Amino acid sequence: MFRKLILIITIICFFASLPAAITFAAKEKPFIFGLLLVGPYNDRGWSQAHFDGGKYVEKNVPGTQMVYIDKVNPADRPGVTIPQLVDDMVAEGARLIIANSDDMKDGTREAALQHPDIHFIHISGDDVITGKAPKNLANLMGRMEYAKMMAGFAAAMTTQTGKIGYLGPLINEETRRLAVSCYLGAKYAWVNVLKKNPADLKFQVTWIGFWFNIPGVTLDPTQVAQNFFNTGYDVVISGIDTTEAVVVAGQKHREGKKVWSIPYDYIGACEGASDVCLGVPYFNWGPGYVRLIKASMAGSWKSEWLWLGPDWNDINSEKTSTVGFVAGPALADETWLKIDAFIKDLGSGKVNLFKGPMKYQDGRSFLRPGEVASDKKLWYMKQLLQGMDGQSSAK
Amino acid sequence: MKSSNIIKKIREILLTLLAVFAFTTVILLLAGAPPLKAYYHIFKGSLGSWIKLSYVIKAWIPLTLCACGLLYTFRINLWNIGVEGQMMMGAVVTTAVLRLGIDTQVPNLVLWLSFIGGIVGGAAWALLAGYLKTRGGVNEIFAGLGLNFVAQGIILWLIFGLWKRPGVASMSGTEIFPPELWLFYAPGLRISPAGLAIVIIAVIITAAMLRYTRIGLNLKAIGANRDAAYLFGLRPGKYMLIAMIFAGGFAGIAGSMQVTGVYHRLLPAISSNYGYLALLVVMLANYNVWLAPAVAFFFACLNVGSIQLPMKLQLDSSLSGVIQGALVLAILAIHAWRTRVKFRAAEEAPTKMQQANGSRVES
Repeated sequence: MFRKLILIITIICFFASLPAAITFAAKEKPFIFGLLLVGPYNDRGWSQAHFDGGKYVEKNVPGTQMVYIDKVNPADRPGVTIPQLVDDMVAEGARLIIANSDDMKDGTREAALQHPDIHFIHISGDDVITGKAPKNLANLMGRMEYAKMMAGFAAAMTTQTGKIGYLGPLINEETRRLAVSCYLGAKYAWVNVLKKNPADLKFQVTWIGFWFNIPGVTLDPTQVAQNFFNTGYDVVISGIDTTEAVVVAGQKHREGKKVWSIPYDYIGACEGASDVCLGVPYFNWGPGYVRLIKASMAGSWKSEWLWLGPDWNDINSEKTSTVGFVAGPALADETWLKIDAFIKDLGSGKVNLFKGPMKYQDGRSFLRPGEVASDKKLWYMKQLLQGMDGQSSAK
Repeated sequence: MKSSNIIKKIREILLTLLAVFAFTTVILLLAGAPPLKAYYHIFKGSLGSWIKLSYVIKAWIPLTLCACGLLYTFRINLWNIGVEGQMMMGAVVTTAVLRLGIDTQVPNLVLWLSFIGGIVGGAAWALLAGYLKTRGGVNEIFAGLGLNFVAQGIILWLIFGLWKRPGVASMSGTEIFPPELWLFYAPGLRISPAGLAIVIIAVIITAAMLRYTRIGLNLKAIGANRDAAYLFGLRPGKYMLIAMIFAGGFAGIAGSMQVTGVYHRLLPAISSNYGYLALLVVMLANYNVWLAPAVAFFFACLNVGSIQLPMKLQLDSSLSGVIQGALVLAILAIHAWRTRVKFRAAEEAPTKMQQANGSRVES
């Protein structure tokens, strides 16, 4: 009796597993890539832009499949480390892993050394330049400087008080570089288009201490934005991962104030803030991801440092442009025409804002007269520029 | 008598676990997640492979150390909620020692020194709360909470100021230490032998101290009835400080572990909330030194395994936080139930209450 039962069960199990085995054989194993997001996947900012980039890969590179974990930071996931999450993803079958925050630099390198057969992309990092990267680690970043110049341009064209606030994250080379780009765009519009006195343009940078709000740890970006608007700054440009600046601007607008804001990172960041949003400089990670993932799949992977720019033929092309700028609903039409011309000049090389003479905040020279900033010099921006207010480094 | 006691204890733990699962299941259902699948993934994500188990152990070590420390303070009826800050200060002093030891020829010595530094840092911070209690009459819960905030403030100040990375101002932490100053992990096993040894020794010491030594006995006596103990010639203040030193010392080692073994730097969230979690662990373990490590292991599994929820089931990752909150509620509910049962039993037999609760009976 008992034996019979076992026999029947075995037969049932065998046949039950057959279909699974058949589908398994018929379907080719997908190329799984993992995505580690520092913030929520739906933050309408930095992390969502990456998440959408991953979705773009799934759609455009046949046979790929994404796994992701969001909120990868010690405040949201206490006790969890990057190598641990990488191990989890590798156990899921991931063959390439993207780490999307500068905060993950050390952890990503550590994980890359532990998994030499897995490919890693560290976003915004420089391990490949510094020579610290193992062969399976590449760096990817977008030339956001250009889109930030457009943002600064829009801000200066719009401000009525001549006071622009920049809501900065933490201070490092990247964030200084981007704040400086905004300032240069603003100054260009102020002086060359509006023909105003550069001394009358005030550009204040306030850093909160991290990429997004961590209660009790960073400054509260909502308060910083409110403070800007309450002290006469009528345009606030965001440099952080999340949307506080544009949200606060919307509130102030409803209170009857004439204020504007420029969010960051995510193409859809203006949605819901149509009264105040001047536009958004955003990342389009799809093309860069596709390039590296295809290389990994084809076996032509190289440990390279990619700093991908806008496609000047169409800076908003989903297929080719890694950075872009879309106008917001609150941007005046005539301003848009001016920005459009500015973009054309940037693309043709007629205007190059990183051209000397240019001085750091403490008066030391950044670029000699006539000198055009090299990639390296630009990447490793050591201070803010003269004419900007705000800290260049920690006190 | 003895065996019925054990059965009672086991029954209580099973009941608590049942409550925990019931709470969690309700939450998972509310979130639209299949509970069985979720449990399966948590289980597989924490114990499904050696690598995963090694991460569980990594979390288990500091959690158990904190729990060990808390056993001393609970024994004398102190709510050492400042354990979180004590862990942070342990991490701070550890970091300070390691910073001095960069470029050293004897990294192992520096590592050991940094652990001693961690003990000193944690114990000193606990002593501060202890003095506020014994000398200043400040309730240890308020003192502890306040000192937790101060410790967090000190860490932020150090990261943003004194110990900032060159050219950078970020709350993400200090510069990472060179690998010589990382706690040694056995390469194949991915486990730190020193860490494991320390935590096992800590559990044994705690068990022995509480059970067989005069200090342990006195802590219990004072915890049970402070006034009576005083009449017996025990000085409650002194023993409170002793308990705090032990609690802070163990929490401090946990902080050292986080710096040297997990993050290799100081960061604002260095304590990973293990201190607060350890309070729950000890309560859930019913203040039993042998059960505490087991309960800590359960929480460590949950911590490591819950990452599977967003990854496999696309559940919002804040859900694991909600689950942990539900655990707190479940434990508190059981706790309340337990006290009520005790209370009822005491009402039936007042003399029994005297023994169990040790509170004064007015006559």
